[in-house]
Amino acid sequence: MKSAMPEKFDVIVVGAGPAGTACAYTCAKNGLKVLQIERGEYPGSKNVMGGVLYRKQLEEIIPEFWKEAPLERPIVEQNFWLMDKNSVVKFGYKGLEWGEEPYNNFTVLRAKFDQWFAQKAVEQGSLLINETVVKECIVENGKVVGVRTDRPDGDVYADVVVLADGVNSLLAKQLGFRKELRPDEVALAVMEVINLPKEKINDRFNVNDNQGCTIEIFGDSTKGNLGTAFIYTNKDSINIGVGTTLSSMIKSKMKPYDLLDQLKNHPMVSPLLEGGESAEYLAHLIPEGGYNSVPKVVGNGVVVVGDAAQLVNAIHREGSNMAMASGRMAAEAIIKAKERNDFSEAGLSSYRDALYESFIIKDLQKYKDAAHTFEENPQYFQYYLPMLNKAMSEFFTVDGVPKKDKQKEMMKMLTGEKGKLNVIKDIYRAWKAVK
Amino acid sequence: MSTKTIEEKQYLLRFKCDTKSHLTILDHEVCLTKCPDKLCTLFCPGEVYKWEGTRMQVGFEGCHECGSCRIGCPHQNIKWEYPKGGHGVIFRLA
Repeated sequence: MKSAMPEKFDVIVVGAGPAGTACAYTCAKNGLKVLQIERGEYPGSKNVMGGVLYRKQLEEIIPEFWKEAPLERPIVEQNFWLMDKNSVVKFGYKGLEWGEEPYNNFTVLRAKFDQWFAQKAVEQGSLLINETVVKECIVENGKVVGVRTDRPDGDVYADVVVLADGVNSLLAKQLGFRKELRPDEVALAVMEVINLPKEKINDRFNVNDNQGCTIEIFGDSTKGNLGTAFIYTNKDSINIGVGTTLSSMIKSKMKPYDLLDQLKNHPMVSPLLEGGESAEYLAHLIPEGGYNSVPKVVGNGVVVVGDAAQLVNAIHREGSNMAMASGRMAAEAIIKAKERNDFSEAGLSSYRDALYESFIIKDLQKYKDAAHTFEENPQYFQYYLPMLNKAMSEFFTVDGVPKKDKQKEMMKMLTGEKGKLNVIKDIYRAWKAVK
Repeated sequence: MSTKTIEEKQYLLRFKCDTKSHLTILDHEVCLTKCPDKLCTLFCPGEVYKWEGTRMQVGFEGCHECGSCRIGCPHQNIKWEYPKGGHGVIFRLA
């Protein structure tokens, strides 16, 4: 490896997901000598995502990327389902402004998308090496100076090492930037890609060829545990998945694939999948610890980006966009550091400043107590959600009962078991967690 | 048809298996005596861990490399590494 490559790089990026590639692309575009190292056979071969890619943060890196990137469908309709055993309360929004440029978001298949994105960085001059595991950061005199790979003679050196090594980030752990993750800081998600003819998707989801639809499902899809399920439309396949915190999965002794099969067989879901052909089954962890789990992101000669820095907003299912934005911010800090030839923690600190002043950390801060609140108070999913289904059923059923009596009955249903005061407390607690 | 079992699901995947496991049970005695629930056999999404009466069988060949067992083992009894470069699971789609 050493002989085939220059002795030293400006930047080594570990990982070729959205964060790493955004960083490699931006650095290479600005003339830095970049090595990007990917452990998989190709970028994307180890990466999993439900499938929603937001336009804004990638557009800031590659303007009008939608004209060439391998995207599935622009999303014009987003839905929430509050699902009980034999019923569902739905709300959502469909807007045709999302169906035209510049779009809001797209469904993507990551193995295809990540390869395209990494290739764009290569076109800017970044050197991509696949099938190579970084075993550890090389640290000299308290400064990261390179990485040790699993190739023979596999030490490579650089001024800055970018840790874009994903949710498990063994490298951030090696450097002591974070403690071991706890089971309540990650969600275990499993999904299937199910092939279905384009016409069937269009009919069942009420969309045209170049329009997509998302459904986020709460309640019975996770058996009342903290988590969500999702259904996203690709061109001629559907991604369906479900995830809960690993702690909930462990506590309830659920098997994740049983949860997925129950979802697929749920009477509210199965008609959408009828006749589909499973093409792939995938599992992955999502960092959902939020603000309190963000590790140290800058050190001497090193920065941490994307999932490795736990940058996911689970409430709004944002992750890959935060990954890309963090990768770009890290690159901009590295470019500044290069101008001053100062790659110390202080020299790279503009990355941390940019991150903390951006929507990324602001949003994580806003929701910092949300996951904990909903995990500690299962009544929202286990009590109120089924109750809401019953109330809606009551509301829409015409049975000769006067509406005023119906309203009374619905209020009684909602407060009955718990008492008014407890309901008010619960509403206040939920509001506080997301305000 | 859409899959119905974990075996059918795992069959959809492409793996390039190393000869050596990247997952190691540090002390088999801990699984036998200190872990009545054998939780990893339940939450592992690839059904990698199977309890064989007295010993934990590790089918590392079917591992998605998600990291759940690394974090979720109540006794931190699983040594978890990445498979050798280019090996392990190869996702083709999502």
